[in-house]
Amino acid sequence: MIDPLFLAEAAINGLLLGGVLALLALGLNLIFGVIDIVWIAYVDLVMICMYAVYFVVQVYGYPIWLGGLVSVGLGALLGIAVHLLIISPILSSAPVNQLLATGGLLFFLQSFATFLWTTDHRSVRLNLPRLEIMEMPISVARLIAFALAVLVMLGLYLFLTRTYIGTAIRAVSQDREAMSLMGANPQRVYLVTSAVGGAMAGIAAALLIIQYAVHPFFGAAFGPITFMICVLGGLGNMVGAFVASFIMSEVIAISGVIWSTEMGYVIAFVVFIVMIFARPGGILARRS
Amino acid sequence: MTPARTVGLLLLAVMVAAPFLPLGVSREYTIHVLVQIFIWSFIGGAWSLMGRFGLTSLGHGAFLGIGAYTTTLLWNFFGLTPWLGTLAAVAITAIFAVVVAYPCSRFQVVGHYFGLVTLAVGEVIRLLIVAERDWTGGSLGVTVKPAGRDSLLAIQFADKRVFYYGALVLWLAGLYVWWRVDRSMARSAMEAIGEDETAAASVGIHVTRFKIGITVLSAVLTAIGGIAYAQYISYVNPDTLAGIGVSLRIVFAVVLGGMYSLLGPTVGTALTIALAEYLRILFGLKFIGMAETIYGFLLIVIIIFLPAGIYGSVSQLFRRRPAAMATAARTTA
Repeated sequence: MIDPLFLAEAAINGLLLGGVLALLALGLNLIFGVIDIVWIAYVDLVMICMYAVYFVVQVYGYPIWLGGLVSVGLGALLGIAVHLLIISPILSSAPVNQLLATGGLLFFLQSFATFLWTTDHRSVRLNLPRLEIMEMPISVARLIAFALAVLVMLGLYLFLTRTYIGTAIRAVSQDREAMSLMGANPQRVYLVTSAVGGAMAGIAAALLIIQYAVHPFFGAAFGPITFMICVLGGLGNMVGAFVASFIMSEVIAISGVIWSTEMGYVIAFVVFIVMIFARPGGILARRS
Repeated sequence: MTPARTVGLLLLAVMVAAPFLPLGVSREYTIHVLVQIFIWSFIGGAWSLMGRFGLTSLGHGAFLGIGAYTTTLLWNFFGLTPWLGTLAAVAITAIFAVVVAYPCSRFQVVGHYFGLVTLAVGEVIRLLIVAERDWTGGSLGVTVKPAGRDSLLAIQFADKRVFYYGALVLWLAGLYVWWRVDRSMARSAMEAIGEDETAAASVGIHVTRFKIGITVLSAVLTAIGGIAYAQYISYVNPDTLAGIGVSLRIVFAVVLGGMYSLLGPTVGTALTIALAEYLRILFGLKFIGMAETIYGFLLIVIIIFLPAGIYGSVSQLFRRRPAAMATAARTTA
């Protein structure tokens, strides 16, 4: 029998991981909901931003908040670049082509990062105090990341509900044709969405680099789980993705403690597959 | 005899004679590349059986992995000949494909969802192989136990030419299956399903049965391709035979060539393998990652500028009714 304390610790770690996963999933989901394309290379953009933070903070010695800002800016720029260079020429192509174009970007970013920075693992070290609650060590970095992730998600919520362009973004995700009939310009909405999605990748990168080392295959490690979360929550469904992130991160963390890390992921994927059959439209979808 | 058929027969004659052509020192290497092209074209063709009907699987690595690992482990641990191992692998893959395909078609998991579900399936198999490292060798992979000498029973030969002819036959068999499906009633049914499931069901097409059938066929052929590759390389590894990387590579090659034509997958696979090999030789060990970077870049460019695939675009040029062809391609996509 496993010590309940271990399980409790795993549950807390899962909760903290869930915050950052939710951020990743929301960024991807925002883009999918509006543009109707899954960016297979989304987490690889995060990986590039993580390298940016690493260089700003660890190599050039600037403070971490500056690294975070650089990461957000770079993320937004990358988002815009991906949209203008890759997505907009193939907006009307077959869905498989759209998936594959971003899949090609995945190969490109992975190998380009390998070429530039080799496969070494690099991490940003922050001197943070240790925290213990009821004899359970809690990572302060994770706590900060979780808190910031929740704040950013609140910000995104306010952006989407309280600003003009945010409302336009939600309108496009609800009905693309109707929006263009109303005289709105979907291209501009797409561009803003890509920039916001990219900026969220940048924020996620800054929050991830203080907990995990970055390497060119970081996207391969976190990518699949992010897609699973988006589908589980219902592609394009923000609240669903938020709930799904915590379900998945808890499954991974707890079964990771009981069996092994890989088994944690295997079980998470199996849960995903079962859930998708039980609720094809996402966990929060109404059954038709 | 039509000119196309003459050219085809001539090409086939060259292929049969290829291992004996005087290529000098590069002969072994050329044969090696050709064997890979045949095996991966076969796998690409198997993928396109599903892909052309809108079942875009991003997890065919799962079937490759199940096939390759079943025969390899049965041979390594129990000394069971890969011939019988293949039967076992085919049975397991077929069952697994039904387990995946039945709920997918029952609950109408299509489009993006189908792609992502299959992607998860591919990852499950990869991670299971890594997690069961005690007997699968984990992420380090496993070497097929050498038989010590040329053996038909173990499918191990020192001479690459044996594998060359084996792969050639396999590839031709794959083309034959593709052609049979293309000519069958199943094709019309699957196209109808790909366009509109509800409409297809309303005219009496058994949607679930056809979807499961084509998935099992595609999965089993893919598993056989995986076994062929494992026997040829005599080494299996979860990253080269399961997971996202290899699954995406299969799809890339097929889409690049064009998945609506008989030779599309072959053209695409030949081009991607030739490109990868060329870049690998060009850069060698100097710029690690550069070859793959250019590969990824070219894939994006080709997908943007040649949406029907290379072979598809070229054959469209020669077709009398290019407009009709384009509409057909779009509606089946």
